[in-house]
Amino acid sequence: MQLLTPGLGLLVWTLLAFLIVFFILKKFAWVPILATLKERETGIADAIASADKIKAEMAALKNENEALMVQAREERAVMIKEAKETSSKMLSDAKEKARVEFDRIVADAQSAIQQQKNAALTEVKNQVGSLVVEVAEKVLRRELANKADQEAYIKGLAEVVKLN
Amino acid sequence: MLFTTTLHAENEPEKAASGTEQIGKEKKEGSFDPAELIMEHILDAHEFHFMSVGESEVSIPLPVIVYSKERGVAAFSYSNLKKGAIYNGYKSEEGKIVAVDASGKVEEGVTLYDFSLTRNVVQMLLALVLLSVIMISVAGKYKKGGARTAPSGFQNAIEPVITFVRDDVAKPNLGAAYEKYMPYLLTVFFFILINNLIGLIPGTANVTGNIAFTVVLGVISFFVILFSTNRHFWAHIFNPPVPGFVKPILVPVEFLGIFTKPFALIVRLFANMVAGHIIITCFVMLIFIFGAMSTAAGWGFAPVSIAFTVFIYFIEILVAFIQAFIFTNLTAVFIGQSREGAHEEAHH
Repeated sequence: MQLLTPGLGLLVWTLLAFLIVFFILKKFAWVPILATLKERETGIADAIASADKIKAEMAALKNENEALMVQAREERAVMIKEAKETSSKMLSDAKEKARVEFDRIVADAQSAIQQQKNAALTEVKNQVGSLVVEVAEKVLRRELANKADQEAYIKGLAEVVKLN
Repeated sequence: MLFTTTLHAENEPEKAASGTEQIGKEKKEGSFDPAELIMEHILDAHEFHFMSVGESEVSIPLPVIVYSKERGVAAFSYSNLKKGAIYNGYKSEEGKIVAVDASGKVEEGVTLYDFSLTRNVVQMLLALVLLSVIMISVAGKYKKGGARTAPSGFQNAIEPVITFVRDDVAKPNLGAAYEKYMPYLLTVFFFILINNLIGLIPGTANVTGNIAFTVVLGVISFFVILFSTNRHFWAHIFNPPVPGFVKPILVPVEFLGIFTKPFALIVRLFANMVAGHIIITCFVMLIFIFGAMSTAAGWGFAPVSIAFTVFIYFIEILVAFIQAFIFTNLTAVFIGQSREGAHEEAHH
């Protein structure tokens, strides 16, 4: 029965030992160990969380960059297109202007030629008129002196006119 | 298992011891009594007894400290009481210190309180010094290294155990309040574990297989459980959610439950450890029991017996960890039960 009856001495010593060991270990072992373990775990958790955050930020940045690139590309295309349009327009404008100028010059020249021609014709007409009148005057002055002379005279006059 | 082995051990030796007086490997004088040897191994003693060589015994005597109202405190070495010697009016009767009068007769009027540093006490204290040194040095590493250094050396052996107690014992059972109980649970776990392991070294005492040791741990956990209770716990005990006529039956059952929980802890640890020690000693004794029949049988059986002993030893190392875990885990479970809130109580 000695097996099942607790000995007083061991009872007391165990109780004492347990309490002392409990307080010693609590103060000098468990509290620092558990605190460090907890600190380490929260540190790791924080590190993982911040790594995830940075990763997400990087991804966002990359997306942003890509969007910017796409936008820039589009803008460049638009600009090139516009430049092309402008240059071709300028070219066609110049051509048109040149053509208009040319037409105008030609028209001017033609009108000038016409004018000159008209002026020349008028002068000729006037001269012919005055010659006719002169001839007629002379004819009238020498009238009837001689029929044959008359005719020769007219002939001579006419030749003068022809020479003109 | 405990009782069958003890009975077995008690029946066997009668046959064995009667036939053989000359075996003498264990004891030169008197008959060979395995049951007595086993009990001597299991129980507490005032000395570390290793072996008897002829007439002289190889043992370390330990201090005896006794107190009685009549005689006050007395402290002396157990070596003074060897072989029934009387010293200062004290005598050892089969390991139990008794007060005697001048003629050597037991003095009936004197009630003796024995606070001796028995081998269990001494071994336990040494184990606890070892435990404290280990834990404080490991804690020193944590303090020095801080949270940013990887654990090294013995820290690696201790840390998984601590995190195991925290993550698999305390957190699931105690929830958010687990931090408050961690120092207690860790102390209980390592207290039992180191005493279990040191008790497995041949020649050492069986500390955790002593009822006094487990009673102390059980009573402490009883108080820890009691101080953790809330009103839901008591409401559940004195006003269980059952029909009125069942209450007179259930209330005493529930009330007794408060005491049976730590009692189960006490008996479980005690019985497991004592059974393991008895089995190991039994297997060793078998050699001498067979040897008592004939020397050849003894030698012949020795390898078988050693093989079994080694096998049981491995199991006992496992049991040392398992029992420390079970005691801690069940304590945590009981604390958790006593802390349960109303919402948890609703669904059982």
